[in-house]
Amino acid sequence: MSHVNRIEGIGRIRRGRAVRFYYDGRQYFGYEGDTLASALLANGVHLTGRSFKYHRPRGIFTAGSEEPNAIVQLESGAYTEPNTRVTQVELYEGLRANSQNCWPSVKYDIGAVNSLLSRFLPAGFYYKTFMWPASMWMTYEHFIRNAAGLGKSPEQKDPDRYEQLHAHCDVLVAGGGPAGLSAALAAAKTGASVIIMDEQSEMGGSLLASDETVDGVTAAQWLKTTLETLGTYDNVTVVPRCTVTGYFDYNYLTAAERVTDHLGIGNGGYSPRQRFWKIRAKRVVIAAGAIERPLLFKDNDRPGVMLANAVRTYIRRYCVLPAKSVCVFTNNDSAYDTAIAVHEAGGAVTVVDTRQSASAVSVKRARDVGITVYHGYAVSNVIGSRAIRRVEIRRLSDDAQSLVGDPVTVNAQVIANGGGWNPVVNLFSQSRGKLRFESGIQAFVPDKAVAINPSVSAGSCAGVYDTAQCLATGAEAGEIAARAAASDPKPSVPMPQLTKALAADAVNGRDFYVVPANTGAAEGLLQKWNDRGYSKHFHDLQNDVTVADIHLAATEGYRSVEHLKRYTTTGMGTDQGKTSNVNALSIMAGIQQTDIPSVGTTTFRPPYTPVTFGAITGQNRGELFLQARKTPMHAWHELNNAVFEDVGDWKRPWYFPRHGETMHQAVDREALATRQSVGMVDASTLGKIDIQGADAAWFLNMVYTNAWLKLPVGHCRYGLMLNEHGMVFDDGVTTRLGENHFHMTTTTGGAARVMAWLEEWLQTEWPEREVYCTSVTEQWAVAAINGPNARALLESLTDEDLSDESFPHMSYKSMKVAGLDARVFRISFTGELSFEINVSARHGLALWEALIDAGKAFDLTVYGTETMHVLRAEKGFIIVGQDTDGTVTPFDLGMSWIVNKNKPDFLGKRSLSRTHTAASGRRQLVGLLTDDPDTVLPEGAHLVEGHVRRVPAVTQGHVTSSYMSPNAKRSIAMGLVTNGLDRLGESLTAQLMDGQMIGVTLVKPDFLSIDKSPETKPEKGQ
Amino acid sequence: MKPYSLWSLVRNGISYDKDWQQAWRSPEPKKHYDVVIIGGGGHGLATAYYLARECGVRNVAVIEKGWLGGGNTGRNTTIVRSNYLLDESAGIYEHAMKLWEGLSQELNYNVMFSQRGLLHLAHSVHDMQEIGRRGNAIHLNGIDSEFLNPQQIKKMLPIINLNCRYPVMGGLLQRRGGTARHDAVAWGYARGADDMGVDIIQNCAVEGFDIQNGEVKGVRTSKGLIGAGKVGCVVAGHSSVLAEMAGFRMPLESVPLQALVSEPVKPVIDCVVMSNGIHVYVSQSDKGELVVGAGSDAYISYSQRGSFDQIEHVVGPLVELFPLFSRLRMLRQWGGIVDVTTDRSPILSKTPVKNLFINCGWGTGGFKCTPGSGHLFAHSIAQGEMHEKAAPFSIDRFNTGALIDEGAAAAVAH
Repeated sequence: MSHVNRIEGIGRIRRGRAVRFYYDGRQYFGYEGDTLASALLANGVHLTGRSFKYHRPRGIFTAGSEEPNAIVQLESGAYTEPNTRVTQVELYEGLRANSQNCWPSVKYDIGAVNSLLSRFLPAGFYYKTFMWPASMWMTYEHFIRNAAGLGKSPEQKDPDRYEQLHAHCDVLVAGGGPAGLSAALAAAKTGASVIIMDEQSEMGGSLLASDETVDGVTAAQWLKTTLETLGTYDNVTVVPRCTVTGYFDYNYLTAAERVTDHLGIGNGGYSPRQRFWKIRAKRVVIAAGAIERPLLFKDNDRPGVMLANAVRTYIRRYCVLPAKSVCVFTNNDSAYDTAIAVHEAGGAVTVVDTRQSASAVSVKRARDVGITVYHGYAVSNVIGSRAIRRVEIRRLSDDAQSLVGDPVTVNAQVIANGGGWNPVVNLFSQSRGKLRFESGIQAFVPDKAVAINPSVSAGSCAGVYDTAQCLATGAEAGEIAARAAASDPKPSVPMPQLTKALAADAVNGRDFYVVPANTGAAEGLLQKWNDRGYSKHFHDLQNDVTVADIHLAATEGYRSVEHLKRYTTTGMGTDQGKTSNVNALSIMAGIQQTDIPSVGTTTFRPPYTPVTFGAITGQNRGELFLQARKTPMHAWHELNNAVFEDVGDWKRPWYFPRHGETMHQAVDREALATRQSVGMVDASTLGKIDIQGADAAWFLNMVYTNAWLKLPVGHCRYGLMLNEHGMVFDDGVTTRLGENHFHMTTTTGGAARVMAWLEEWLQTEWPEREVYCTSVTEQWAVAAINGPNARALLESLTDEDLSDESFPHMSYKSMKVAGLDARVFRISFTGELSFEINVSARHGLALWEALIDAGKAFDLTVYGTETMHVLRAEKGFIIVGQDTDGTVTPFDLGMSWIVNKNKPDFLGKRSLSRTHTAASGRRQLVGLLTDDPDTVLPEGAHLVEGHVRRVPAVTQGHVTSSYMSPNAKRSIAMGLVTNGLDRLGESLTAQLMDGQMIGVTLVKPDFLSIDKSPETKPEKGQ
Repeated sequence: MKPYSLWSLVRNGISYDKDWQQAWRSPEPKKHYDVVIIGGGGHGLATAYYLARECGVRNVAVIEKGWLGGGNTGRNTTIVRSNYLLDESAGIYEHAMKLWEGLSQELNYNVMFSQRGLLHLAHSVHDMQEIGRRGNAIHLNGIDSEFLNPQQIKKMLPIINLNCRYPVMGGLLQRRGGTARHDAVAWGYARGADDMGVDIIQNCAVEGFDIQNGEVKGVRTSKGLIGAGKVGCVVAGHSSVLAEMAGFRMPLESVPLQALVSEPVKPVIDCVVMSNGIHVYVSQSDKGELVVGAGSDAYISYSQRGSFDQIEHVVGPLVELFPLFSRLRMLRQWGGIVDVTTDRSPILSKTPVKNLFINCGWGTGGFKCTPGSGHLFAHSIAQGEMHEKAAPFSIDRFNTGALIDEGAAAAVAH
């Protein structure tokens, strides 16, 4: 084990537990508690990838979720995961990671040729070329697409499981650093229910890498005690490895928990891989911390350039000194802690401070231990490509606009880069809170929250950087949030904010962002900042966006922040610009000679860090993607070889093939048997709505086109519903069970839509009416028996008188069927004598089996939806949604008889009188007979005039339903045809895409030559 | 305007990129223009471009409340297609498609229009009937259209899970459909229009209209009164708000529509896939991100954000259809405000105010028609009469009932 960079110390790793892992095929060892990043650094590996555009060598830049550079392809096969930040991957035994976006290897990458051509590939270059010849674009694009992208998508189905979790709490604390922990503790003490989440593997945030004394004890001891105390509260849930990713309205937040990722492939046991939280919090404490901001200098992207606090974290938390010699480059006091950490770890350290002088305690402490400090200097050059060999620094001019004097060489292999801090305001901004630019710390901080999303920010995400102050603001925030949640559960007023003043100038920083490249102040601005050559000042490391790119964008007029972002792609990488956004703004501010707030800020969009699609999906995949609804008779259908059709959420038997029958053969048999003897269909899926109330009849009179007030109790009526445009929207039979009690049926697919439609009218337009609608679709199981022997079959199972006199067509009776309480409706969708037997859903299968048994005497045939469609089409009955499409009036269907013109009003009535809607010559429903009776028209075929194939051609309408009818012994079809009702007898031609021309004649849609049934009116929908 | 070319990149590369021109000027508004276009999105900029380019109207201003292309132009999923069911729709969307084919060269700005094919999936008998009807209608209109069976779909898209909860039963392919780079469309039109003298004025909010005797005379803005011979209003989600300023009402509802992208990965899906049956559409951008479209919220809103459940309801189908995407990650989500008519077709129309024209109601699918919309609207404004292809889309149809109900007829909203 060659842990060249591992140092003495305890940190948070467990040295007794060595862990083997592989990077780019090579075996290494780390310890439990390491991240992949710390383990690689311990092994002396800095080079971890190639950049997006120029394929420059890149290394580990941070120690957290803000990492822009070090992203790898984790694992392989079905478990592979592209673009994974090594700084967030906890080491596990056997872990395998590979570098991505490079070929053949990360060391020698062909794509690096882009880097040589980089001066010709500025931001947005692709908008300016690849246009000639026009036909070549798809070829150019092919290469562009292959060059772009980062890692590779898995190529197999994800074997892992995910789950979703809903949670409610009084106080959600986002972030488990010092501020978050003390907020959780303070809130918990009030008795509030608290959830605290942190994205890292353990709670503690900055305390995990701190040598500070907190409340008189070490940071580690304070952390241990605090977590133990929190553990004693039943009202506190502590969730590590969980990132609060989104903040939506009414304090609805999402969070992504990495439950078993850290255990390695297949070691998760019964736990899911990841869990997606959906949290409704009465109040939120945001304690999301701050992210260090890098200073920008020439070739600041080299492997070995790291954030100062990351270097400190690797030393103190993981016992890894990233290099023996470190150059700390900073403009403020906080990076001096890093210098001291390096020194204490036995490393050589040089501090380069852009300020002319500094006097903070930490600065003095650094000097006292003998650390060399260059004041008023800046890093001017980084020597080395795949690793830093040495660093050159030069003196800054007084105005910091140029470099003066000769370079001084500093021996360092790591540059600890600390340019100040950016509070993590992302969640606050997502909550629509307004930001304020605090010039003392040169950063955006939360200002005003919106009332519907009450939160309070504490600690460094509020611009408070001192640990003691983080604890104090956290405690206050926790208490404020808990008290507010208790007194005002549904917030009506903005939440109180912290009384603690922002510690302005806390880091005593210099307003300094970019080290100028050249000395030549006399040269033009672009040349002065030029990095079009091989050397560059990067501000967005992942997307390879340079300082010069921003100058270019400004030159070309892309000055609005959003234009800048979109033109240069800054901040659009997988790191979402966490380390680059404010720097980009500062550069644009410099160009426009204004301040950062005048340039503006971009929108912080959810999620805070990318979230696995699988986690968002949770268990809702496969069968549970949208849980299939099954009727009480489903098991029988399965046993009897049904082929199922998806109708809305339902699984409906489509047909029941016997002995190798084709669909066509099965449907022929089912349809013939029904008209010859008796057939049975499972009609349980029909929408059923129970309507009661003093105004129920009035209500039906409004929602249907025909008259309902005088329907006698015990009788049924078919109705059409129209939408506001006067177009047919649903149909079905509704029965008057009592004076103020109706049983409505709807189409299977339209049930929910109709229910919502009824409720919308009742709730928004007619709230004064007394009507109650209850969906009872799933309360009733329905067997519909059709055919000449339907009565005989039913008689064998009931004592009730079923004669025409006692039980006429379009009426209803309550009776016992096979000993079960049943509602029987004598209504028909086939034109045959028909009874629809409704029983309580739990008796559905019993009824069905009783009918099957009794049906043996009548050669009862069970049929599915396809036969149902054939049977209804033979009679010309419509299916709403198939023969209508939302552009069809009752008149277009030839159903003027169902529109009661004497009613004062009904939904859609006014629209029917609009000129176009009332005009003649509209598309109208007709029957279609093919010249060749054996040819079945494809549904969706369009009809044209004449027999000559033409494109383009004017459509005369289209085929809505088309079947081979065994009863009519020929093909039959219906279609919507321009002025169709006046053109019966005319011929048209179906012109198909494949070249076929099929002649048809327009007829009345009633295809049974001998009408055997007395029940001829269309009676009900699908 | 100095043209863009490979040569211009080389020359400017050598000269430190200091000689690039501004893509467009940012002038102060003049006192009067022949035409003022309100709204600096794709449709508005295209209108200005074609006014100047084809109609000889060059004294034109485009005024924009925020930044160019900041509304739905910069927030959509970049899909371009013309496979519409109804003749009127086919008329305008195919008109746009023909302009797309050649737009990069016309504008001298690479809008990355990529005809990588667009596939609609059918998951039920009902879906099959719908694509059957639509495919044949498109074909009769002389627009390319092909039916694919599940095996052909699998061959074209090996990563698809045909046997998902709602099995894929077939598909309708338009090979000329695809995607374009949305921002570039706005910028390209802006640059082209500016080059012909159109003033593009950003950060200029409309506060009211100067209307005399029922005729528009100017626009009151945050930068003062701007006189106008004619005014074209192209402001999508805020059309109702502007109409109210002009004293009339629009048959529109504004709702949030969301979209999201994944982290970028190497090419994995080549064509655009749309499933109305299970509600997801997805393509992969040239950068490598999966661009995924979600549904619109049920509630009316002007805030450019929607509810998270819409995101869940699109990620679910995405993973169901492409199970191997399960381990990829959502990088970014956002919303825009779409203005929706009751028939889901746009409005290109005169208004009750003389010389005030309106172009809106594109709902969830306006990006694809950007060139066509601008072209037809420009000609209509210049002539003072609606172009024959635009005429069916007048506001009057909501009085006569001559709706172009693409949503109802085809159950396709996007």
